[in-house]
Amino acid sequence: MGWRLQYKLAPYVFIAPFFILLALFTMIPFLFSVYISFTDWQGSADARWVGLNNYGKLFYSRIFWESVQNSLIIFLLYVPAMLLLALLLAVALNQPWLPGKGMLRTAFVVPNITSVIAVSFVFVLLLNTNDGIVNHLLLGLHVVKQPIRFLDTPFWARISVAFIVLFRWVGYNMLLLLAGLQTVPRELYEAAKVDGARPAAIFFKITVPMLNKVLLFCTVLSTIGTFSLFVEPYIVAKGGPMNATTTPILLLFRESFENFHFGYASAISVAFLLLMALLTLLQLKLFSGRGE
Amino acid sequence: MFPPKWIPSAIHWENFVHAWTIQSFNTFLKNSLIVTILCNIGQLISSSLVAYGFARFRFRGRNALFMILLATMMIPWDVTMIPLYMEFNMLGWINTLKPLIVPAWFGSPFFIFLLRQFLLTVPRELEESANIDGASAFTTYLTIFVPLMVPSLILVSVFNMMDTWNDYLGPLVFLNDASKYTLTLGLAQFRGMFGVDMTSIMAVTTIICIPPLVVFFLAQRHIVQGIANTGIK
Repeated sequence: MGWRLQYKLAPYVFIAPFFILLALFTMIPFLFSVYISFTDWQGSADARWVGLNNYGKLFYSRIFWESVQNSLIIFLLYVPAMLLLALLLAVALNQPWLPGKGMLRTAFVVPNITSVIAVSFVFVLLLNTNDGIVNHLLLGLHVVKQPIRFLDTPFWARISVAFIVLFRWVGYNMLLLLAGLQTVPRELYEAAKVDGARPAAIFFKITVPMLNKVLLFCTVLSTIGTFSLFVEPYIVAKGGPMNATTTPILLLFRESFENFHFGYASAISVAFLLLMALLTLLQLKLFSGRGE
Repeated sequence: MFPPKWIPSAIHWENFVHAWTIQSFNTFLKNSLIVTILCNIGQLISSSLVAYGFARFRFRGRNALFMILLATMMIPWDVTMIPLYMEFNMLGWINTLKPLIVPAWFGSPFFIFLLRQFLLTVPRELEESANIDGASAFTTYLTIFVPLMVPSLILVSVFNMMDTWNDYLGPLVFLNDASKYTLTLGLAQFRGMFGVDMTSIMAVTTIICIPPLVVFFLAQRHIVQGIANTGIK
């Protein structure tokens, strides 16, 4: 009977580490966060219960909604383009006749595995208004008369941040889609070819629908990723100019570790989670409606 | 000055030495290595154990517990950074490397998910024969499943190394003394320091980028296969 009992208990022992982690480093902190969000705690000993005040303040705070809006704009600026590009690259790299696939695959993933800080620094250097190489080229080729202020106008700063994020993540999404493509049965393509379907039709009628789930996964991850962008906007423009690249997580960081408004910042994190849950549900709905 | 000069006229290796000595990058390198290696060991052990528990046993509450695990994947840890800071502060861990290492020893939902997907594809007969031999669950895990998991473990290991090596927000929040800094934090410190030339920043940038690249090149072959194995379909 020894191993029978053991096999009844064993799974719980195996999965225990994760649930200890969940309790210690996610659930307890999260509940604590919810609690703090109802207080005016600023880091000193005493915290006063203020009810829904922080949430009220948040609801009427311009910068919070701006941060949500910024994330939405940045999302729209890069996610559709990135997914399309990633999909095209994945399809190209999935062609059996293409030489040097390993090299290409690696090349596209390199931006994702190098440090964000490093990538951001390089872009600061490239996009600099006065001595960045991009402006040098644009001026030299007479594309523009004045150097473009890539990092110091709200309009361009958002585009720059969106571009850096696209550059960093297109390869990663390509990998996921490429892995997804391996599971599409070859017969589907062969049948389509026999029927004389054109490449564009094959792409939209077979490839895209078959990858629906992977695309959903990529979109959900990109949404959460965009709303919690931190390093890129922080290094490139400190969330500016005029808060144009401030995301909810950047705001959360600023309010907590720079201004010490822990109560208010906790309200931001709770609101952020609710918003993410809402957006994820919305995307699940959108994708499942489109699937069949 | 147009066209720009793409190829510099001379290579100055001493730039690297100079940049490396502006701040104590040797210390930062040591800290980064400690964090990365210890996280990786912990992550591999715990994630594979938890994945094994979920994939190879039937037990009450399994599906509900697994749904909880998946749901936590959606929570970026950033939202708990204030209470985590306070928790680590109570434990006396602030300004030590522990907050960056210890949580990794409990597994991570994404890696558990990846490994479980792989383990689900292994036929049942394997552990049935082990059961008849009377091997304990842990022995079965160690002798049968760990060897099978090696390619997937390489994938997890590579992802995890990149994440920890490149992590910035964690060190930024939990470390405040320069002697505890990791490389990324040291590099970021250059922004806003006066009199640091771009050459130095780029020199350090280059050095920081090399280890992940080397690791990735070495493991490249396993990665797409690993992702395909784990089958996010």
